[in-house]
Amino acid sequence: MTDNPRRVAIVGGTRIPFARSNSAYANASNQDMLTAALDGLVARFGLEGERLGEFAAGAVLKHSRDFNLARECVLGSRLAPETPAYDLQQACGTGLEATMLVANKIALGQIESGIAGGVDTTSDAPIALNEDLRRILLEANAAKSNASRLRALARIRPQHVVPAIPRNEEPRTGLSMGEHQAITARKWGVTRAEQDELAARSHQNLAAAYERGFTDDLVQPYLGLERDQNLRPDSTAEKLAKLKPVFGGEDGTMTAGNSTPLSDGAAVVLLASEEWARERDLPILAYWTTGETAAVSYVDGEEGLLMAPAYAMPRMLAREGLALQDFDLYEIHEAFAAQVLSTLKAWEDPVFCRERLGLDEPLGSIDRKKLNVNGGSLAAGHPFAATGGRIVAALAKALHERGEGRGAISICAAGGQGVVAILEAA
Amino acid sequence: MSDRYAQVVNSPLGRLLAPRVGLPTPVELERYAPGQPVITGKVMLGAAPGGRLARAIASVLAGASVDVASALDEPLRQALADAGADASVWNADAPSEERFKALVFDATGIAESGRLGELHAFFGPTIRRVARCGRVVVLGTPPEACDEPRAATAQRALEGFTRAVGKELRDGATAQLVLVAPGGEDELASTLRFFLSPRSAYVSGQVVRIGPSGRRPEVDWDRPLAGRVALVTGAARGIGEAIAETLARDGAHVIGLDVPAVGGELAEVVERIGGSALELDITEAGAPAAIAEHVKKEHDGLDVVVHNAGITRDKTLGRMPRDTWDLVIDVNLSSAERIDAALLDGGLLREGGALVGVSSISGIAGNAGQTNYSTSKAGVIGRVQSMAPRLRERGITINAVAPGFIETRMTASMPVAIREAGRRMNQMRQGGLPVDVAETVAWLAGPASAGVTGNVVRVCGQSLIGA
Repeated sequence: MTDNPRRVAIVGGTRIPFARSNSAYANASNQDMLTAALDGLVARFGLEGERLGEFAAGAVLKHSRDFNLARECVLGSRLAPETPAYDLQQACGTGLEATMLVANKIALGQIESGIAGGVDTTSDAPIALNEDLRRILLEANAAKSNASRLRALARIRPQHVVPAIPRNEEPRTGLSMGEHQAITARKWGVTRAEQDELAARSHQNLAAAYERGFTDDLVQPYLGLERDQNLRPDSTAEKLAKLKPVFGGEDGTMTAGNSTPLSDGAAVVLLASEEWARERDLPILAYWTTGETAAVSYVDGEEGLLMAPAYAMPRMLAREGLALQDFDLYEIHEAFAAQVLSTLKAWEDPVFCRERLGLDEPLGSIDRKKLNVNGGSLAAGHPFAATGGRIVAALAKALHERGEGRGAISICAAGGQGVVAILEAA
Repeated sequence: MSDRYAQVVNSPLGRLLAPRVGLPTPVELERYAPGQPVITGKVMLGAAPGGRLARAIASVLAGASVDVASALDEPLRQALADAGADASVWNADAPSEERFKALVFDATGIAESGRLGELHAFFGPTIRRVARCGRVVVLGTPPEACDEPRAATAQRALEGFTRAVGKELRDGATAQLVLVAPGGEDELASTLRFFLSPRSAYVSGQVVRIGPSGRRPEVDWDRPLAGRVALVTGAARGIGEAIAETLARDGAHVIGLDVPAVGGELAEVVERIGGSALELDITEAGAPAAIAEHVKKEHDGLDVVVHNAGITRDKTLGRMPRDTWDLVIDVNLSSAERIDAALLDGGLLREGGALVGVSSISGIAGNAGQTNYSTSKAGVIGRVQSMAPRLRERGITINAVAPGFIETRMTASMPVAIREAGRRMNQMRQGGLPVDVAETVAWLAGPASAGVTGNVVRVCGQSLIGA
């Protein structure tokens, strides 16, 4: 076990319902959504006017004007304006990495409390100037005389109107994340049926979580949405089996149903030292135990783009002296059903565990009944940087409901990275 | 010696026309060249549950740096991991567009006929993915080594399966059944390597038995016969010449033996391979003693004897003079018995040694006009079967190869119709080359094949004759 200087309490989390791209939140900015989530958390825990240790958050798709997004959100919120903030970005790992940073500062005694979170919009996405036009304008801006400025501007041509739109692809391979995962899925022999089954269960679990009120203090309505827009409570593997593959060619196994849709949303989590929480009579849902981040070399195909959590988890387990089976709940981010299944297969495979992880024995299998019990990203949607906050809050609450036990989190991220963490019931 | 037909059908025009008019289309078989890996391409490994050879197979594949794939079957993956094989995953239910150079299946777990469906489960989705000149190797337990009749029955059934698969395969692919007796698991390497590699280009539909020998010498797979002395009779030309060359390539010092009449050709062969020549007629009464004397004086013993010398004197039985009969029996069979007796009695064939006879499809199937030849070649098989148990105690193996249609001067002089029939009536749709026989001899003669004894291996492209 990590001998943390101080235990880090997870007090609670708040998120807005996740919306499908270009839908309910089409006109909401990252700052709007993140501020809404932040203010929801402030209201719930009575933090109005409080100076917290810090607010750490990020967005994957971000306008250049939002360079200080987290700080601007603090200033727009009811937190004390003396609360420092910073942005960070680690693709889909942003939210969990932010949580880890805040938790570590609390553990070290540098701060007493902090909020971690993330937001993303694929609707209000930044569109950049055409690269050629940008260079011309920079040159004109730097020009010392009007004549040279005019000479530069005269080079502007009609084609320069075409902007640079952000694309969901890896810069070094030119492949979309889905195409990358399709390669990994094929490598692990992941079937269509098992992906559809996992996707259906995600929807059913999330629907059940809404039904029994589990989400009442986790999700706060925003812009007319009360539930995640992507949720299909009546989803079944049979219905999902009818969809056409979108990645991996005609024989591909990955569909719009077993892959996460582009979505908009925000999530934040309040962390604190035990004393700070107790002084304010705030609940402690769970403790942050530890986290680990790994990255893999995927560019030349040595490893799958989204397989880094498969490496991060055993490293963390070894550090903590735990087995993969020593958990009561598992939250594996469902970027694609195939990502979850590839990861589980890798942990079960003696060859992968020996050759890639250097383990004599495979990590083994997990009890699938403990996996994403309150739904996952396939059902909720996946606003990239918001997913970490959603998962940490939901797992902390689920552990609190159980009253005991330990939960594992695994999140894959673009660039061949992955973040994992352990929470323990309070 | 050239197969003009194969050249024509492999020309661009021939490739277009031959299949359309129903002509057989032999592919150019891949053959081994020094320095090549055991196998180029992916090997798909499967196993029936409860099998006992996964570890042995995985260890051979890993040792040969073979690119392996398997289903996510826990015992199999554990065996591959323990062997250090970085095996990829292939799932028939979510197949990637992959071709396999070889399919290897451990069928030892099939303990009763009801479970023969394991063969269908593994080969059904994979058999059509076998690449050109691909390999299928099924591994089982010798039926005689099974305790239960139902197990013996199921294991015997593997033979029919493997031979039928061999006949379904196209484009120079081969299929073999390797039966590994309990205790012989660690002696699999030389045989599995041989059957996966291009060395076994013209061997298909064969059943080979491997048993425990108790000897596991360190083997340099590039030169397995290094430091060994081999006697090859009939080494001046044809198949014998190829055997001498191949054994020398594998590191052996070869004593080439042939009659004085072809002394010039023999000298050329041994000079080329750095061996030594022994000119004598093996049917002469003093020959065995002379050979023993030479071996003792020059090498103080030897490790490999290949009885390749053989002749044909064809006549239908009613028209065959007695001396023609006697000569063929003596050259092809009796002289080998006498030579071996002299070497064994003199203690000149060292422990770990190997005797390899050259039989023939004629010895198995019989051939009109070759009663003498067929008798002698069937006798070679009899020698293997009768001597193997006796020699096992001395740590010596005895096996035979049985060539089918091999392109030599002998076959080149056949009438066209008979020659073409012989060439095409096999699964490869072509004749074999002397080197194909030689590679098979080299496998049987190697020190790593200590567990391989009492086998007769046909080098016939899975000929329809005598199958």
